[in-house]
Amino acid sequence: MWDNISILTAAPVFNIQLILDGLFIGATFALAAYGLALVWGVMNVKNLAQGDFVITGGYIAWWLGKQGIHPLWGMPISIVVMFGFGWLVYITIIRRVIDKDLFTSLLATFGLAIVMAQALNLMFGPEVQTAESDYAVRSYFNNSVTVADIKLIAFALCGVLAVVVVLFMKNSRMGQAIRATAQDPRAARVMGIDTDKVYAFTYALNAAICGAAGALISMIWVIQPFYGIGHAIRAFVIVTAAGFGNLPGVILAGLGLGVMEQYGGFVLGAEFQQATVVGLLVAVLIWRQIEMRRHRQVVQ
Amino acid sequence: MESFSPKLHLPILIFGVAAPFVIPGVTIQIAVLWVMVLFALTWDILGGQMGYNSLGNILFFGSGMYISAVVQVSMFADVAEYTASSGAVDFKYTDAQYFWGLGLGVIAAGIGSAVLAAAIGWTMFGLRGPYFAIGTLGIALTAGELMGTWSWVGAGGGLAMPVFPGSADGKSMMFYFLCFFAAIATYLFCSWLYSTRFGLAINAIRDDEQKAEAMGIHTLRYKTIAWSAAAFFLGISGALFGNITGFVEPLEVAFPVATFGIFMVAMSLLGGKGTLWGPILGAILFHFLKEFTWTYFLGWQWVALGVLIIVNVVFFQQGIMGWLMDKFPERFGIVVDKKEAAE
Amino acid sequence: MTDTPVIELNGVSKSFGGVVANHSISLKVPGGGITGLIGPNGSGKTTLFNSIVGYHPIDEGSIRFKGQEISDYRVPQIARLGLLRTFQQTRIYSNMNCIDNMLISIPHRKLGFRDMFKNRGDKATMEEVDRLLDFVGLYEKRRLISGDLSFGQQKLLEFAMALMNRPEVLLLDEPTAGINPTLINGLIDRLRRANEELGITLFVIEHNMRVIMNMAQSIYCLAHGELLAHGTPDEIQNDQRVIDAYLGAH
Repeated sequence: MWDNISILTAAPVFNIQLILDGLFIGATFALAAYGLALVWGVMNVKNLAQGDFVITGGYIAWWLGKQGIHPLWGMPISIVVMFGFGWLVYITIIRRVIDKDLFTSLLATFGLAIVMAQALNLMFGPEVQTAESDYAVRSYFNNSVTVADIKLIAFALCGVLAVVVVLFMKNSRMGQAIRATAQDPRAARVMGIDTDKVYAFTYALNAAICGAAGALISMIWVIQPFYGIGHAIRAFVIVTAAGFGNLPGVILAGLGLGVMEQYGGFVLGAEFQQATVVGLLVAVLIWRQIEMRRHRQVVQ
Repeated sequence: MESFSPKLHLPILIFGVAAPFVIPGVTIQIAVLWVMVLFALTWDILGGQMGYNSLGNILFFGSGMYISAVVQVSMFADVAEYTASSGAVDFKYTDAQYFWGLGLGVIAAGIGSAVLAAAIGWTMFGLRGPYFAIGTLGIALTAGELMGTWSWVGAGGGLAMPVFPGSADGKSMMFYFLCFFAAIATYLFCSWLYSTRFGLAINAIRDDEQKAEAMGIHTLRYKTIAWSAAAFFLGISGALFGNITGFVEPLEVAFPVATFGIFMVAMSLLGGKGTLWGPILGAILFHFLKEFTWTYFLGWQWVALGVLIIVNVVFFQQGIMGWLMDKFPERFGIVVDKKEAAE
Repeated sequence: MTDTPVIELNGVSKSFGGVVANHSISLKVPGGGITGLIGPNGSGKTTLFNSIVGYHPIDEGSIRFKGQEISDYRVPQIARLGLLRTFQQTRIYSNMNCIDNMLISIPHRKLGFRDMFKNRGDKATMEEVDRLLDFVGLYEKRRLISGDLSFGQQKLLEFAMALMNRPEVLLLDEPTAGINPTLINGLIDRLRRANEELGITLFVIEHNMRVIMNMAQSIYCLAHGELLAHGTPDEIQNDQRVIDAYLGAH
């Protein structure tokens, strides 16, 4: 561990590599977390299947890639397919748990997560996969920092998607209806908004966002049927740290988590990368605990 | 505490004692049934009675398994050497060393897990509702991964439990009865606990924790003790299960979050959480269903399990006992009292 | 009735963001009496209650209970000192029956480790439960799940639970709100009896003027987060500032 830290101090350029890799992957985390913040804030559904939506989106892009469609073109297809899938999940499951207590939605989506992970495993096998984009990998700083072009493209796409979603939420009729419903569902219903449709759309939109994030992850990183739960935990860490009404917070926390994970993986060893996430979660929770104690309150 | 009822308790006792002799072929499967009963009962202490839905209780199952393994091995060998050889060296031990190790290991597993629960509780009990569920889930997932990196206990390769010095039948018979007793002890403990003031206090926390605090109840104290008690029995079950399997491995055996970890929740919900008999009923039903149908799903059984959980949660949330209570409230003592004794 | 105040507030201020809910409030609640707290909606009465029983930190000032500074204590600690509150939105343990609701409301002040595992209720406790449930008129419904009771009955149950806790001071947040007018007299009578027979000091937020003027010996009036007036019911009724505050707010 100390050896690895001394590498970082002796060769600062390694830091650049870690930070860049962290930012690239963190952008996809932020995307998935934004989707979670959306369903959490609007429908008060804690979607534990979030990570499996991401992974499914990844498998769609990867599978299309094997059929000869470039994964970058696979991404929009993945978005459309996941949107439909999300709508279906809403109609069959989420609609029935939305007004029950919170643990119900958590558990129902955990059940869904199990179903999806196992189904993916049966269809595609347990091997770790990457969708090949066949773009060049370039070196910078005298060959000490390497960045694959696809990572830059993916990063830019994350930004574009985020902007599109924000503009959509701000300007479209549906976006306005979603925000109105988030503030007060009953008032929204009185004003003639079909909240059931709004919820369905929100959940489907979330699935679509996850589909996009997953497609990007399959190109710049790896996917595996059982990696979903890790992505779900990441999304929860980000939203818990940032709060769900706070888009800049979600982006910052997402990027920050990506970087910290890279550092955790490098300093402690790759097998600790996941543990870093949960370590951070626990740290956030302890910090909030102390903070709340000071305020004579408990975390709600 | 429930008093002994011949109609209710006797058939279960008879079945439990007679099963390994009458149907010896499935001794281990029935031993696992008792472990499942223990799982559901301990999960329900927090989930049903106290309203803290943990998704990571499997943590204490795994911790118990590892603690017991280390204690048992250290009776006759250095743990690091033992794991490093990974079975290549044939370590010698006497019967006495084995049984002392097993006894001490099981007790240490219970106590160690309870202490661990108390320590983690300090952080986790600041969390309410879904935060608690996700926090515990995260901790259980990490525990498996961290154990997989710790070479002293064999890292990802795991470590083998000392082999039972006797026949295979003898082994399954012994562990069958240990599991059976552990389940009975858990049942008796829960039945007693719910009859005390402690039971009332955790029910109060479930119904309205803020109110409980406003009434001066030592909520954190109750919560920590409740979790430690659950962890104690889970730790013991982990120790026993590790010995039955004979091999401790972090992800699939010790910390199977997505299987045993979710079974506990599913079983309690199926039977009806927040009742004493609901989890037991749920565990029995679930286990038989699983054992009988598992092989017919041709690989899709895990998908079926997920579907079962969803259907259970979405359509049958109150569980069997909850449904009965709604249907026949007077059978559960929910009646209008005639005004007699009052002044 | 003694003159030493059990609760003494000195210059208590509390604001949420930019909104000042309480500004420099000083008041005294004498032991053994009934003290009222009135004021138009949004004048900061419930905030003041919450500050006293520890729901949020205060920005400035001191809160003393029997001479002891409690402004940095937390809710359960304050409750265990014998300072209890009921809620405006009635809060009971809604999945438990009335008896269990009462049994768990025993005083937790001196409860040791072993007491946690005692039987739910011994004979003396059960008798007290029956007596108090009878006192509030819920004896016949004692085995029903409390969440199934009507709102008014839940309120009475909450009151009985508070009495079960044997507090020294009881802070009541609008005890008559939502109660059938025909039952209000009975409730006032019970509050008075709790005060006289059990010696519990009452500090009451109340909107119903008839009720509070009948019950309290001394009344504080808040408006816009500030202490407006203090006096006997007669003085308050004839205080022009109080009248203006109420008329101005409605």
